[in-house]
Amino acid sequence: MTGDRTRYDQARWTDDGQYEPLLSEKDRTRVEIDEDDSPLPDDLTRDSLELPELSEPELARHYTRLSQMTYGIDSGPYPLGSCTMKYNPKFTEDVAALPSGAVHPDRTERSLQGTLELCYRLQDYLGRIGGMDAVTLQPPAGAAGEFTGIRVAAAYHEHNGEDHRNEVIVPESAHGTNFATAALAGYDVISLPSDEGGRVDLEALEAALSENTAALMLTNPNTLGLFERDIVEIAEMVHDVGGLLYYDGANLNALLGRARPGDMGFDVMHYNVHKTFATPHGGGGPGAGPVGVVDDLAPFLPAPRVRKTATEYELFEPEHTIGHVHGFQGNWLVLVKTFAYIARLGDEGLTDASAKAVLNANYLASQIEYDVPYEPFHHEFVASAGDQDAADVAKRMLDYGVHPPTTKWPEIVPEALMTEPTEVESKETLDQLAAAFNAVAGEDDETLETAPERSSARRIDQTSAARNPRLSWQALEEE
Amino acid sequence: MHGAHTTGSPYAPHTDDDTAAMLEAVGVDSVDDLFDIPAAVRFDGEFGIDARTEAETRELVEGILEKNEDLTELLGRGHYGYYVPSLVDHLSDRAEFLTSYTQYQPEASQGFLQALFEYQSLLVELTGLEVANCSMYDAATALGEAATLADRVRDTDGHRVLVPDLLLEGRRSTLENYVAGTDLSVETYPTDDATADVDALAGEIEEDVVMVYAENPTVRGAIEENLAAIGKLATDANALFVLGSDPVALSLLQRPADVGADVVVGDASVLGLPTSYGMGLGLFATRERYLRQVPGRLVGASEDATDRRAYTLTLQTREQHIRRERATSNICTNQAWVALRSAMHAAALGPSGLVDLAKRGVTRAEELAARVDDIVGVTAPVHDRRHFREFVAHVDQPARAIADDLENRGYAVHVVGDHEIQLCVTGVSDETVDAFVEDLSEVAR
Repeated sequence: MTGDRTRYDQARWTDDGQYEPLLSEKDRTRVEIDEDDSPLPDDLTRDSLELPELSEPELARHYTRLSQMTYGIDSGPYPLGSCTMKYNPKFTEDVAALPSGAVHPDRTERSLQGTLELCYRLQDYLGRIGGMDAVTLQPPAGAAGEFTGIRVAAAYHEHNGEDHRNEVIVPESAHGTNFATAALAGYDVISLPSDEGGRVDLEALEAALSENTAALMLTNPNTLGLFERDIVEIAEMVHDVGGLLYYDGANLNALLGRARPGDMGFDVMHYNVHKTFATPHGGGGPGAGPVGVVDDLAPFLPAPRVRKTATEYELFEPEHTIGHVHGFQGNWLVLVKTFAYIARLGDEGLTDASAKAVLNANYLASQIEYDVPYEPFHHEFVASAGDQDAADVAKRMLDYGVHPPTTKWPEIVPEALMTEPTEVESKETLDQLAAAFNAVAGEDDETLETAPERSSARRIDQTSAARNPRLSWQALEEE
Repeated sequence: MHGAHTTGSPYAPHTDDDTAAMLEAVGVDSVDDLFDIPAAVRFDGEFGIDARTEAETRELVEGILEKNEDLTELLGRGHYGYYVPSLVDHLSDRAEFLTSYTQYQPEASQGFLQALFEYQSLLVELTGLEVANCSMYDAATALGEAATLADRVRDTDGHRVLVPDLLLEGRRSTLENYVAGTDLSVETYPTDDATADVDALAGEIEEDVVMVYAENPTVRGAIEENLAAIGKLATDANALFVLGSDPVALSLLQRPADVGADVVVGDASVLGLPTSYGMGLGLFATRERYLRQVPGRLVGASEDATDRRAYTLTLQTREQHIRRERATSNICTNQAWVALRSAMHAAALGPSGLVDLAKRGVTRAEELAARVDDIVGVTAPVHDRRHFREFVAHVDQPARAIADDLENRGYAVHVVGDHEIQLCVTGVSDETVDAFVEDLSEVAR
């Protein structure tokens, strides 16, 4: 099954001691800015601008070569745990590019009824999917959604005269953004240990909760793929001390149509629409992180929001709004793609997506030789590379034409390989992935340490990059 | 065959036989058995969302967005509609770029990393500062991150962040949210004729100021003439001087490094994105001395095992996935693909194209101001300043009524005062300008 057909060679353009040359190595042109032919006096302008001046054909080749030296979902499987790397439907690019949607945010509401209707309907879709009463689309990414949610929680507590609440509780297995978000919002972060089964330790939670608790941030299923079975009790415990329960939507793809955060007792959540609703990850973004809340928190959501009157759609400012979390209304292009994806799949498609995502994770886990210590997992599992170094395993997997899992995290699993195949992979592709895992599991350390050999670049020296930061072509020229 | 598929996810390729074989391998009878969800929280309802074919979904979205009126936008104020060359769409839409994610495996992501490295280099040239990250979300969030950086690096006990009183509400409010978790407080300094009132600013600055923010051009399109003086006031007070601008303006206007800027923020999507309902690209550049405090991702050069130059994300110990609550920011997913597009757009223009585009921003704004100034009932520009891209015009009639009349004739303009409209020339053809002047002259009298 493995055979040569799972092997590949990534494109590799080389040129004397480097790969594709930098634009700056192809041309540098210095344009002087003189008062003689400038509409502005010298003291208001720069002296010159020095950048590459290249023709369109030269640029088309440059960027085509760079794209060839980049691995995307369309290249092959990309089971990066907690990142939900789904196939991105092509038609959503076309609907996002519709000229009728390319509008300026400062136009009158009357002239933007289409844009406002789409926003309203997306708010409504997301509310139904998450079991939430009100939704804002403004946060431009998952971490921005977390920050919005925690700011909303802070405003709610302050409004109730409870601004003494200065602690946010975060399970130690949570995404790094949870800790960073709570700290950015000014909270003391209380890290919560997991129990032996990999879930929230209720005794530890009891001990951590107090009248100072502003919120507990929880991912469910958690980063081990485990459903927090005690969620109803957890919600009661948090609410009993007057805290709020925050849902990190990173793993929502496991639950679509099976369970909703609102029904579990969560008060506020963000949706990672670039994960759950398949908008492209674009080499790191843009995503979008809409936030849903229960009725009690709706007055605190960012302004403006969209609502529907008898005759039209309009913007309004929630009564106790926290204001803006983005200069305008967030990542519009991503939101259009989200709306189109949800409208295309509907109830049946969304529910089937989570079913197939969970089936795929379970099937893949059953086919690999690495140990998976925590069960029953859902859309993702965390295998252990055992005596091997997980980072080396990942490098070697690249040689088999697949993108490796997230590595060395969560730390609760030694040499973690956090794997999320999503619903878009066929059985055949999962078999190919399993073959890659298993081939690497049988290889010696030397092979792993010298990998990869088939990707565009060979093993890259991370230490050198950090010790001697060269962050621009200008810095390279100073060497 | 999937074209007419309305049952299940059209993007899950499983055949019934596959599903059966997989369930058997896992050792369960049905997918339901794989879900470990307590009965009390199981969802048995429906969302009430109908599945659609691809064609039906396109029709749905087209039908909704068609309800937008087709207006010629003379709009700016932080969001601009420059023409984006076709090269940018076609190359940035290459699937390898579009469908990849953060470069955790740099060996297989060299292309995207190099493009981001080139983006960082572009900003280094434009700003004159040594370090640029490979994106924040937008101008407002970049400003917020600049304030938290000021909070971390300050060597005074101060807590005041000074911003111009004209600052856009979206930026000011976002900044307030970013500093809510610190002891910083945002205060305004006065402007005079749409640029900083330097004497008043000098009066505001004491030892308790940690950051001074100015923009060039300002919200009302005026070119800030006192940047060096503002920079000196900030520096003398040991405060960070943060300058807001964008890549087109920076191609012509004073270089931030030459006026003492410590951080440059702004919206870099003026290159790379068409008008997108306010979606942006946060520009963030700073001096090397603050390198370890920079928020967001940084791409650095290194070498691979063949000694060839190669690129990788670097200095990641600043970031949330390593440093957690002690990270310099909570940002993870960012605007990388927009940065790619912005770099492509800049490359397509080249330095001469960028400078020309910026010069036209000055000349076309001046020409339009002169033409509308000739109209009875209109005075422009209101401010006795040089302008970039846009300017404010005084109208004798109520501005809202003028704007409504213009909208009925197919134009969108800003209303920025009871008798003030703001006009931006970006992305508007000369023919459109001619027609607009004609229409304005008819509605303004």
